Amino acid sequence: MTPKTSADICGMGHSMKRKEDPRFLQGKGNYIDDIVLPGMLWLDIVRSPIAYGKIKGIDSSKALEVPGVLAVLTGKDLEAYNLHWMPTLMSDTQMVLPTDTVMYQAQEVAAVIATSRYAAADGVAAVEVDYEPMKPVIDPFKALEEDAPVLRSDKDGQTDNRIWHWEAGDKAATDKVFEEADVVVRERMHVPRIHVASIETCGCVADFNPVEGHLTVYMTTQAPHAIRTVLALVAGHVGLSEEKIRVVSPDIGGGFGGKVPVYPGYVVAIAASVVLGKPVKWIEDRMENLQADSFARDYHMAAELAADADGKIRGLRIKTLADHGYSDAQAAPSKFPAGLFSICTGSYDMEQAYAEVDAVYTNKPPGGVAYRCSFRVTEAVHCMERVVDTLAHRIGKDPAELREENFIPKEAFPYQSPLGWEYDSGDYQAAMDKAKEMIGYDDLRREQAEKRARSELMGIGVCSFTEVLGAGPSKDFDILGIKMFDSAEVRVHPTGKAIARFGTKSQGQGHETTYAQIIAEELGLPAAHVQVEEGDTDTAPYGLGTYASRSTPTAGAAGAMAARQIRDKASKIAAHLMEVSEEDLEWEPGKFSVKGAPDRSVTIQDCAFAAYTNLPEGMEPGLEATNYYDPPNLTFPFGTYICVVDIDRGTGEVTVRRFVAVDDCGNIINPMIVQGQIHGGLTQGIGPALFEEIPYDEDGNNLAGSFMDYLVPTSMETPAWETGHTITPSPHHPLGAKGVGESATVGAPPAIANAVVDALAHLGVTHLDIPITPDKVWDILNEKGVAE
Amino acid sequence: MIPPQFDYHAPGGLDEALGLLGELDDAKVMSGGQSLLPMMKLRLAGPANLVDIGRIPGLDTIKERDGCLRIGANVTEAQLEESAVVAERYPILLDTARVIADPLVRNRATVCGNLAHGDPANDHPATMLALRAHVIATGPGGERTIDIDDFFHGLFMTALGEDEILTELHIPVPSPGSGGAYVKLERKVGDYAVAGAAVQLTLDKDGKVTKAGVGLTNLSFSPIRASAAEETLLGADFVPAGGLRGAIERVRDAITRASGADDIIAAAAQAAADVTEPVADRRGSVEYKRNMARVLTARAIRTALERAVAGG
Repeated sequence: MTPKTSADICGMGHSMKRKEDPRFLQGKGNYIDDIVLPGMLWLDIVRSPIAYGKIKGIDSSKALEVPGVLAVLTGKDLEAYNLHWMPTLMSDTQMVLPTDTVMYQAQEVAAVIATSRYAAADGVAAVEVDYEPMKPVIDPFKALEEDAPVLRSDKDGQTDNRIWHWEAGDKAATDKVFEEADVVVRERMHVPRIHVASIETCGCVADFNPVEGHLTVYMTTQAPHAIRTVLALVAGHVGLSEEKIRVVSPDIGGGFGGKVPVYPGYVVAIAASVVLGKPVKWIEDRMENLQADSFARDYHMAAELAADADGKIRGLRIKTLADHGYSDAQAAPSKFPAGLFSICTGSYDMEQAYAEVDAVYTNKPPGGVAYRCSFRVTEAVHCMERVVDTLAHRIGKDPAELREENFIPKEAFPYQSPLGWEYDSGDYQAAMDKAKEMIGYDDLRREQAEKRARSELMGIGVCSFTEVLGAGPSKDFDILGIKMFDSAEVRVHPTGKAIARFGTKSQGQGHETTYAQIIAEELGLPAAHVQVEEGDTDTAPYGLGTYASRSTPTAGAAGAMAARQIRDKASKIAAHLMEVSEEDLEWEPGKFSVKGAPDRSVTIQDCAFAAYTNLPEGMEPGLEATNYYDPPNLTFPFGTYICVVDIDRGTGEVTVRRFVAVDDCGNIINPMIVQGQIHGGLTQGIGPALFEEIPYDEDGNNLAGSFMDYLVPTSMETPAWETGHTITPSPHHPLGAKGVGESATVGAPPAIANAVVDALAHLGVTHLDIPITPDKVWDILNEKGVAE
Repeated sequence: MIPPQFDYHAPGGLDEALGLLGELDDAKVMSGGQSLLPMMKLRLAGPANLVDIGRIPGLDTIKERDGCLRIGANVTEAQLEESAVVAERYPILLDTARVIADPLVRNRATVCGNLAHGDPANDHPATMLALRAHVIATGPGGERTIDIDDFFHGLFMTALGEDEILTELHIPVPSPGSGGAYVKLERKVGDYAVAGAAVQLTLDKDGKVTKAGVGLTNLSFSPIRASAAEETLLGADFVPAGGLRGAIERVRDAITRASGADDIIAAAAQAAADVTEPVADRRGSVEYKRNMARVLTARAIRTALERAVAGG
């Protein structure tokens, strides 16, 4: 795509270097732990070593003797203010601090407030808690058994461990398709519990001013406005009202969905600041982050695919058990308890589909966050892409060919999926063709055949995913009732420079650059002259924040619309300045000229100056606009990923030799940033595919509670990603753009899993659960008698 | 991740350090601190006093003298990686240093600390067992030499006394025809070993194995020396008559062609696996780890042979 603007303006299509990077690269970012306020105190948290049990007593006396320790807060203390419980973003409830029972390992039990971080930690070590352990419920299937204890007996009417049941599609019609089908394949799979493991952990500085009754909370949050509203709703009874709450989200070192929820630590820090009248800082350490913060995934799925003998897919059926831990603390839209799981029919046209999900409580940390995935799309895509491969292997057809024969054809867009989505645009065959060409698919298949003859194990994995991003149309999407629009406020200063504020919040995505380029594209102001601000609820327009790849689809669109409103006004000013009729003007980025007299022109900067100095009679001064953008639909980016793996027959190690990712996210604003997003997403895809998992033993002990066992891949484990793209614009987005941040996280795991299964398929292997670790592979090699 | 309170001492000389160890209660010696400090931050260790020997001059050299490679107490893994003499004559040490943690840790972590920590998951113990190293411990009464076979007493326990400092490591200079290799299986870079195998071999002029050392990492509560595997290798004739010189591919080819080579390697590898006592954990089952001991030992033997023949 050739950019419409010059390199000086740097609108869409330019790989502008990121405006935020100089400060990050020079260590001048302003992260939560960089914030130090006069008189600030530190908070540290006592956590439960057991997964389930009664608290018989909390003895703080020794902690209070530690020099510097000022107070120890318990659930009983918060109970006096009715702050010991809080709502989750899914309208469930969760303890802030317990008064009598702990429900998962690492749960917050008490908080120590001290004059230094060190004293606070020593205080935590000195708090003595007397527990009476109980037998926890860890296995979600056992949670549904008749004799399982009811974990959430605190909830009125709760008689078992079920949270909700959700379903989509026509069950009877789908069953009929399955009865009539020539071929039915089935696969059970678990997409395990994982963690976002962002470089920066969570934390806050709560600063209550008792004189003004004003609370400022500096906080690692992806959704500052939503958090402020929630705070106003839950803490109104102690005198905090929304105009007296300011939430500031400073630079964030990675969020990936993990910084959407409200964690007890935030609430306790706020309570402590209100009680003590001093600023209180709380910063999680790495193990607290991994053990207590909201997890992602944990879907147990049984998938079935019905097809004709030649491989034409006719129907999909999925039954799922969702382990939500102690509370349903995900941050999905309220009408979508299973997120956007119904995207599970993916890139394929079929007659019928039916999907159901049952959510259960267990004694594990709460959550269900959409880790770099637009609400359960990762689980849905993994399920579909795996079972498509099972079908291919069953009927002896090449997995790429089977996909091509079942793709929704490009003429079929906008496409109505059997589970109710209207896909906006797509050309799946184009992405497949490009990926096959880039990786040399046919040659690889030949190489594989030769190697197989020599007993070498090599596999090729294909994944053709469809994502669903950019929530959303407010008629369908809300969080706790707040509609999921987003916003932009653009003000052009007299000298032609601008400030643009948004309701979203970058956590490393590069909004300061991308949004500036959108304004540059629409107004012709150099992107370098557009200052972008987000994250301060006192200054930014209201928005739902950044997650689910929604920033460009919503706030980015709002920025474009606001810029167009400004351009409309500038056009009137330009006509006034040149004393011509507005209809006689022509626009090119940055300049209005008179039709037929191109030497007569004024720049957008001229118009900006005139907006404050020389206005047409009767025109309101100033040059600014605010837009709240409610998208008409989601965007449906897609892509085909192909990877090659080699398996070591001695150790079971899987090496990803090559990985080609062809993405289509519509029109691209900054190609470099998009490529960076894909690289990061692919790395966060190889993680769960081969390394990452948070497992629990039967006592509820977290077995991967530090980076020693929670294996985040490094550059040494990642291949040299090969990226490419096709461009199929979104027909409804003002810029033709789609979300992209999460495509790679969604598409990479099944590509890798399919490659490993492909390498072992001739041995009769149809499935391996991720993460595919060396010992898991070796067990199969050993069982099949092919281990070295 | 905040350690409990402790007092920090940075003696400027060995005598001062030994004096501090004698005077102070509950003191722990630290050099690079790359194992001890994380344990303190996790509050798994909480010594009242840290005696940091890192600033004592003279303990940071690597040199060959009197038939030994001498590695000082403050020599870092990075120094080992960059050392010319190590690269030339001790490839097994280079193999080992390169797979310990990550470059940032290796800039501070010391070779001697890797042993003194007494962790069977550390990588150098197996290598030192294969190399028949000696540990020099300095205490109030002076120096004593500890045979590496007598050094490891169990999980985080060694032959070092509370008033002693591991000041130097002695590795016999390998005779001509020697070669060694360390092969580690890890889940990702920087991980402790799922299993690791260190093999050091010496061949005579006729290609017969005259010395064999086999050490294993993280397969028991202590580092293991696989004596039965060593005995299987001793006397084996891996190289066809006439010997070999030249390209590594030819060497590799010749080793596999030597009569019975595969069988001997397999037998030695199996003998190594047989003495392991692994525990099942996130790295794998007992069966998996035993088999990895076998697979890695076989691979280490092959590389050691290639290096012995090519270098000798």
